[in-house]
Amino acid sequence: MTEDRLLAGLAALAADAPDGLFDRIAARWVSVPGPIGELRVAFTDHGVAYVHPREGFAEAFRERFGRPLLPAARPPAGLLPALRTGRASGVRLDLRELSDFQRDVLEAAREIPHGEVRPYSWIAARIGRPRAVRAVGTALADNPVPLLVPCHRVTRSDGAVGDYVFGAAAKERLLMAEGVDLERLRRLAGERVFYLASDTTGVVCFPTCHNARRITPAHRHGFRTLAQARAAGYRPCRTCRPAQVAPE
Amino acid sequence: MSAIDPVCKALLDDLDEGFAELYAAHRNLVFSTALRLSGNWACAEDLTAEAFLRAYRALAGYDRDRLAALQPRAWLMTILMNVWRNAARTKSRKPPPDLRDEPVDVVDPGQDVEAAAMRQETGDELAELLGLLPEEQRAAVVLRHVVDLPVSEIATVLEIPQGTVKSHVSRGLQRLRALGGAR
Repeated sequence: MTEDRLLAGLAALAADAPDGLFDRIAARWVSVPGPIGELRVAFTDHGVAYVHPREGFAEAFRERFGRPLLPAARPPAGLLPALRTGRASGVRLDLRELSDFQRDVLEAAREIPHGEVRPYSWIAARIGRPRAVRAVGTALADNPVPLLVPCHRVTRSDGAVGDYVFGAAAKERLLMAEGVDLERLRRLAGERVFYLASDTTGVVCFPTCHNARRITPAHRHGFRTLAQARAAGYRPCRTCRPAQVAPE
Repeated sequence: MSAIDPVCKALLDDLDEGFAELYAAHRNLVFSTALRLSGNWACAEDLTAEAFLRAYRALAGYDRDRLAALQPRAWLMTILMNVWRNAARTKSRKPPPDLRDEPVDVVDPGQDVEAAAMRQETGDELAELLGLLPEEQRAAVVLRHVVDLPVSEIATVLEIPQGTVKSHVSRGLQRLRALGGAR
């Protein structure tokens, strides 16, 4: 091979960086209306990575992700309807920076239907870590994509709504907007009722399960524990799955 | 001291917008180098993405004086070389990959068929020969003759004296010629 041919050959080995490679490096952000005011949303080529109030968004993103952040021309597919309806199963999420445990917690929280709540212990049991209730609370408090993973639907079993990334007041507002009767939940909790059963179906549910909401007062029976409901002959609902909670 | 690099100026104005300019200015340089060092399209994408991410994280910690004094191209290429060496080291420590997971003959999607066929005949053979060079010779040849960096800058990037750069380049070329002739 001659010197000239060799050098020309080497020079010809230069190549253009493929289009789209920048999207593997940088995230994009948009400003969108949300149920609790204007939100900033960051997303990557894998999906939505961060939902944050306008204040301090860019700094918090940089701190947490260490990734460049540039404005996007438009929101990612499905984001606007998800925020409008509170039904976010159609939005792709980028949860790569989380630990397996955190990701499991968020995946479980994602299963809670609009307008219903579950206790922290339900999530812990659902992911096979029934004793990790406290860690579940921490993982939810650190949820990078609130609203899209509805961590506001995880509440304390004593009837208090519990902590929330946007504050407890916002959590109450969100739940009430979804039609959760918090007053009633607190009243039931005050009476030490955490499960509702129907003597027509023989099924016991969490109080906010859509099956429990259909039970007429004459046929409704409250229980403090699932074990008591079972002893009385009721079987756990297959929709809200109260049996996920570790047996008492 | 020469005038401040336009990319540095952009970085001083706004880190994220400035980073987009840094990327636009040097993406082909970084990618070409990564491609010819690693010899693999997918690896080159990984190395490029990793190098730019590390660059961003470093920039986020720099104060204004450090940003103003930055020589972005040489600095970026130094990061790439470190990323490449780390990746090569990790790879050599790991057992060989399961071939079923390897993409079969990754073709440059940016090339049309004819150009790809051309490269197949000439470029691919030479690219393969590059892979047979010892790492320091390969790095010197790629930086000097594929992406056309001056020897002084290569010395900075590889953290070796200019004379050593020149000898790596000339030994590398000699070896390529010998290997090419042997085929």
